[in-house]
Amino acid sequence: MPAERKVPEMIDRPMSFCPGCGHGIIIRLICECLEELGQDQNVIFPIGVGCSSNLGGGLVADRLHCLHGRAGAVATGIKRVNPDNLVITYQGDGDAYSIGIAETTNAAYRNENITVITVNNTNFGMTGGQMSLTTMEGQKTSTTVHGRDCSVTGFPIRFPELVASQFHPAYVARGSVSSPANIKKTKGYIKKALQAQINREGYSMVEVMSPCPVNWGMKPIQAMERINNDLISYYPLGEFTEKGGETR
Amino acid sequence: MKVTVKSARCKECGLCYSFCPKGAISFSQDTNASGYHPVMVDDEKCIGCGTCYITCPDGVFHVLKSERGVL
Repeated sequence: MPAERKVPEMIDRPMSFCPGCGHGIIIRLICECLEELGQDQNVIFPIGVGCSSNLGGGLVADRLHCLHGRAGAVATGIKRVNPDNLVITYQGDGDAYSIGIAETTNAAYRNENITVITVNNTNFGMTGGQMSLTTMEGQKTSTTVHGRDCSVTGFPIRFPELVASQFHPAYVARGSVSSPANIKKTKGYIKKALQAQINREGYSMVEVMSPCPVNWGMKPIQAMERINNDLISYYPLGEFTEKGGETR
Repeated sequence: MKVTVKSARCKECGLCYSFCPKGAISFSQDTNASGYHPVMVDDEKCIGCGTCYITCPDGVFHVLKSERGVL
């Protein structure tokens, strides 16, 4: 028996992402979770610079476009001043890791009571597909035309594992939008992360593996298959830390 | 009808087409305002599972509620 499935009101308008981009799925999952938790009128989004900035065209919620990479620091300020509001940073991997590794790491280190959603598409999507910290070894981008050489650039960063192993976050997970099953699991991760913030447990983070068909030079479905076949073996999906209701 | 389609939003990425378990989705011959061929849903084949809604990045689909036992 079909249940009604409707795009949440706060995101129900056309957006300017490329065809097959995972951003549209991820922001829909966040908004569905907010509606289910009854928080859709009680949320502030510090948004990063990059493709995530395209949210401005579709998302109707309080939001702030932060300086490049600094959403972790801005979210800290917003949350400390408005402790009753839900604060969700929405950033890409280039923004959160390559440019803003200091702010992102420090927010996690301080165990700020915020939720960080990072969209990992293994490159800087908006500016034309340059290498980011998460670019895979051998992957061709516009700044690594012969493939990424990890002996020169270092190896792709697994930030959720770093946070989970070194700091004391409330909830850390990595999801993917590469199949309907993975999308459903990712929604569960996002909901747990938001619930952790509502319970004032501390820092919660979900990294989502997302396709970038245009910059990977693939069709959308091939990009999804690349995530399943090549990326998930290096970026394993699942939950890394869960406090389960314990307040910080 | 089990699913409504907002043709104007479709970007012809083909994710719903690839993931639909019943092969109920096809592309229209017409073009929308953005120049894409929007998707169409074959109501005979559709089972209302919502996979198209789950995989669509652009909010094209709205799966309608149906009465119990009526598909």
